[in-house]
Amino acid sequence: MSKKPAVAPAPRSSVRKTYKLYIGGAFPRSESGRSYPVTAPSGEFIANAAQASRKDARDAVRAARAAQPGWAKATAYNRGQILYRIAEMLEERRDQFAHQIAEVEGLELDAAHAQVDAAIDRWVWYAGWSDKLSQVLGAANSVAGPYWNISSPEPTGVVALLAPATPTLLGLTSVIAPAIVGGNAVVAVAPDACGLPAVTLGEVMATSDLPGGVVNILTGSTAELAPWLASHLDVNALDLAGVEAGSELARDLEVAAAENLKRVVRPSAGYDWEADPGLSRVKPFLETKTVWHPIGI
Amino acid sequence: MCLVTAQLAAPDDAGLRRLLHGLPPVDQVGAEARAAKLGTRSIKTTAKAQALDLAVRMVDLTTLEGADTPGKVRALCAKGIRPEPDQPTCPSVAAICVYGDMVPTAKAALAGTGVKVAAVATAFPSGRAPLAVKLADTVAAVEAGADEIDMVIDRGAFLAGRYAAVAEEIAAVKAACRTGGRDAHLKVILETGELATYDNVKRASWLAMLSGADFIKTSTGKVSPAATLPVTLLMLEAVRDFRAQTGRQVGVKPAGGIRTAKDAIKYLVTVNETAGPDWLDPDWFRFGASSLLNDLLLQRRKLATGVYSGPDYVTVD
Amino acid sequence: MSIFEYAPAPESRSVVDLKPAYGLFIDGAFVDGSAGSFKSVNPATEEVLAEVAMGDASDVDRAVAAARRAYDEVWSRLPGRERAKYIFRIARLIQERARELAVLESLDNGKPIRESRDVDVPLAAAHFFYYAGWADKLPYANLGPDPKPLGVAGQVIPWNFPLLMLAWKVAPALACGNTVVLKPAETTPLTALLFAEICQQADLPPGVVNIVTGAGATGAAVVGHPGVDKVAFTGSTEVGRLIAKQVAGTAKKVTLELGGKAANLVFDDAPLEQAVEGIVDGIFFNQGHVCCAGSRLLVQESVAEEVVDRLRERMKTLRVGDPLDKNTDIGAINSAEQLAKIQTLSEAGEAEGATRWSPPCELPERGFFFAPTIFTGVSQAHRIAREEIFGPVLSVLTFRTPAEAVEKANNTAYGLSAGVWTDKGSRILWLAQRMRAGVVWANTFNRFDPTSPFGGYKESGYGREGGRHGLEAYLDV
Repeated sequence: MSKKPAVAPAPRSSVRKTYKLYIGGAFPRSESGRSYPVTAPSGEFIANAAQASRKDARDAVRAARAAQPGWAKATAYNRGQILYRIAEMLEERRDQFAHQIAEVEGLELDAAHAQVDAAIDRWVWYAGWSDKLSQVLGAANSVAGPYWNISSPEPTGVVALLAPATPTLLGLTSVIAPAIVGGNAVVAVAPDACGLPAVTLGEVMATSDLPGGVVNILTGSTAELAPWLASHLDVNALDLAGVEAGSELARDLEVAAAENLKRVVRPSAGYDWEADPGLSRVKPFLETKTVWHPIGI
Repeated sequence: MCLVTAQLAAPDDAGLRRLLHGLPPVDQVGAEARAAKLGTRSIKTTAKAQALDLAVRMVDLTTLEGADTPGKVRALCAKGIRPEPDQPTCPSVAAICVYGDMVPTAKAALAGTGVKVAAVATAFPSGRAPLAVKLADTVAAVEAGADEIDMVIDRGAFLAGRYAAVAEEIAAVKAACRTGGRDAHLKVILETGELATYDNVKRASWLAMLSGADFIKTSTGKVSPAATLPVTLLMLEAVRDFRAQTGRQVGVKPAGGIRTAKDAIKYLVTVNETAGPDWLDPDWFRFGASSLLNDLLLQRRKLATGVYSGPDYVTVD
Repeated sequence: MSIFEYAPAPESRSVVDLKPAYGLFIDGAFVDGSAGSFKSVNPATEEVLAEVAMGDASDVDRAVAAARRAYDEVWSRLPGRERAKYIFRIARLIQERARELAVLESLDNGKPIRESRDVDVPLAAAHFFYYAGWADKLPYANLGPDPKPLGVAGQVIPWNFPLLMLAWKVAPALACGNTVVLKPAETTPLTALLFAEICQQADLPPGVVNIVTGAGATGAAVVGHPGVDKVAFTGSTEVGRLIAKQVAGTAKKVTLELGGKAANLVFDDAPLEQAVEGIVDGIFFNQGHVCCAGSRLLVQESVAEEVVDRLRERMKTLRVGDPLDKNTDIGAINSAEQLAKIQTLSEAGEAEGATRWSPPCELPERGFFFAPTIFTGVSQAHRIAREEIFGPVLSVLTFRTPAEAVEKANNTAYGLSAGVWTDKGSRILWLAQRMRAGVVWANTFNRFDPTSPFGGYKESGYGREGGRHGLEAYLDV
């Protein structure tokens, strides 16, 4: 009898996730075919992320524009339910996010958990705002004449968000949630390492009844993508959260945004992402519409 | 408008409802704002002199009191013929408007002057009497020599949606105006104060015109509000549009509540800019009024002499 | 009209005491400008009304310094109730001098006295009354628990409603505790200078309001001054864009109220008489020099002919001429430059194949006048349907369905105002919801009120003026 040599059972290799973009409810690769390596602060390779191009940005704006009217028309109650659903889905994946954040940001697991918790709580906070905005921000105006006159907030349209590099999940949440709660659709740029939690967040959104296109996530370089979004004439507003305050880039983007009078939220140095944001990121993306009608018989 | 022809032939409530409710609606605030804006026109010097005389010529000098007597009516007629005894340039009024039983008195007093006799009829002011009574009322006035009959519509029927009844009644009174081969002009009083909405005023105007009215008139003067500028504006729009559609011109008479020359001029401006200059004639526009005439006369004197006059200088009748 | 021709009814000019020359108003006093002077012209007669000082960067510097001093030392320290009293005083003084302001506005701007008398001046006073009341109630404005003023506001206003736009800017700024450097339009500086006198009569502390007259460069100096914390501008989208670029990268808070190309939608069930009035009000009010003018009439095809016929008849009664005549409906175009722009665009309308119509009307021989004009057969692709003409020129387009009406109405880079005319309540609300515009007038048009927020979507600018919302532009919340 021949004796077979004893072979140790092969160790199982894990199935790695391919990180793609989140556009129009789908997860495409970058049309450019490019990717970039995401590394831990220690320098260790974690994964490749899709490096979005200007054409991906263009597609994302198109998807956002297509989705926006339907999202705005959904009842505020429904929008609130969906934001809350995102919180539920995040809670379920709490550990997954914590590990991912710990890895990409180089955080202790406790701190990463704390960030996930803060992000979940933030989704819940904004979810509750959806059907209160018009009550808090609207007005019935006593005009001097026989007219009914009501002011109410309406979404500004398509908002481009430049998310901060860190805190990854909390930063992204803190720019996306306030923009969409009032009925806008967004294109968010998740820079560098933020790209990994961002795409995972996209997966959460894709399974949270959020209509495709309401949130679009581009991973890659803010410096590369931002000018295209800032100058895009079909983008109505721009949040510069992820750009260094006082930088040349911040100024250039604001100048580009002026071309079609985008509403711009300027970056602020040392912004505390954990602090209560109030409505500071909600209001800039809402218009006030005032409707008059005569009162008579 | 084939509905118009159909309804003239055989009016029925449903058909009339479709027709009248198919008219463009009226926005109250917008209509009142337009009237107010017309009221801000500033009429000065020669235009004012012209307007005052025109207004005098458009007055239906009216007395409609239970206490009316032949003496009162004769005095009013004298005033209507020569409002300013010492000023031959002052024109006469258009008509003297009285109750039916006073027609013979007025007719005699006005004979040969060109001043018309107008009689209110059809159970004025409420209109609450059987049709036969209303027709008899009309026939009596016409036979006594009334040149013009001011009838009231059945507001109850109108508000209840019985448009055919209103139309038939107007047509019947119109026929009665032709008693004995005469052709008394028919003014149809809508009593807009009871119709409550401008939409109703517009519909009632059209209903009256479709049914043969020669004039549409706002009010009896016995219900408040009587004539207002917005109501008159709507009625002027109606006669303008009616002529454009049918070729027939109908007159307008605001009555009651117009007491000052300033008000009268606002009405004339409204006529001028709404129905147009074709209506700036006593044949097509009248003021139903009692105290208006004296204010017109006072203003006329002020304009002629440059000093303010007083009530002692115009006659009280 | 021969039966009843209105005699001229001119408002007396004697109520206005025009000085031959005006200085800048800085730190509570009238001072000379550093860059010579320019002439303010009556556009109805082309006569020079006065020489007005041309402010330059050094004058702006002085004005900002005065405003800063007044802010630091006086105004920001005053309790709200005390600020309120000054603003109430100003409101009263505007009412007291209403006739004078109205005549001066008509002389300098060319707008009919009826409008300056019945609209501009009373609304300006009302704005000061409204915001005066807010001065001691800011924590109740639901903008945050402890709203703070921003500092010095640099404000640049247009020539179409000179005093009223001043009121829209100055009243909320002062109520919120800011001080002001205001640059009136080059062609209409006079009522602002009369307002400066009113500030003196009100004993407003020196430096709280400063007025620097001049042209575009003066305005740019105000906007660009590093000592200015807040920029407010009303004017063209073109200049608004430049301002947005100029302040990019700074900490200045900005509100912009810019151009428009409003759609006025008329459905077949509309109250047609009132709609025609609304159309006339929408485009011929103030010679069409209105950013929110209803310059695109969109009529349902089934009633288009009837509406246009009625409109033409109505236009025949419009009286064009001497702005000081109380019966004038359409006064003078504000400047030769603006007249040329209106003429150019109207010629483009004809060249592109639209049908031009104006009622027969004699225009005065001198001065800048333009007959009320409508273009029919206009399509969305025509320049006159896309570009702001800012004159008494209406483009008429048609639609078939509500969805098409909305699509065409929103098919513009602007988004300031919109009008809808229909008798159906649910359709009004449906349309109001879909109009991408900051103000929607349903079954009315061109209504304004100090309590009612005003401002645009898209390229019509950002921020709101008027109402509780108007406070936010002048507060750090």
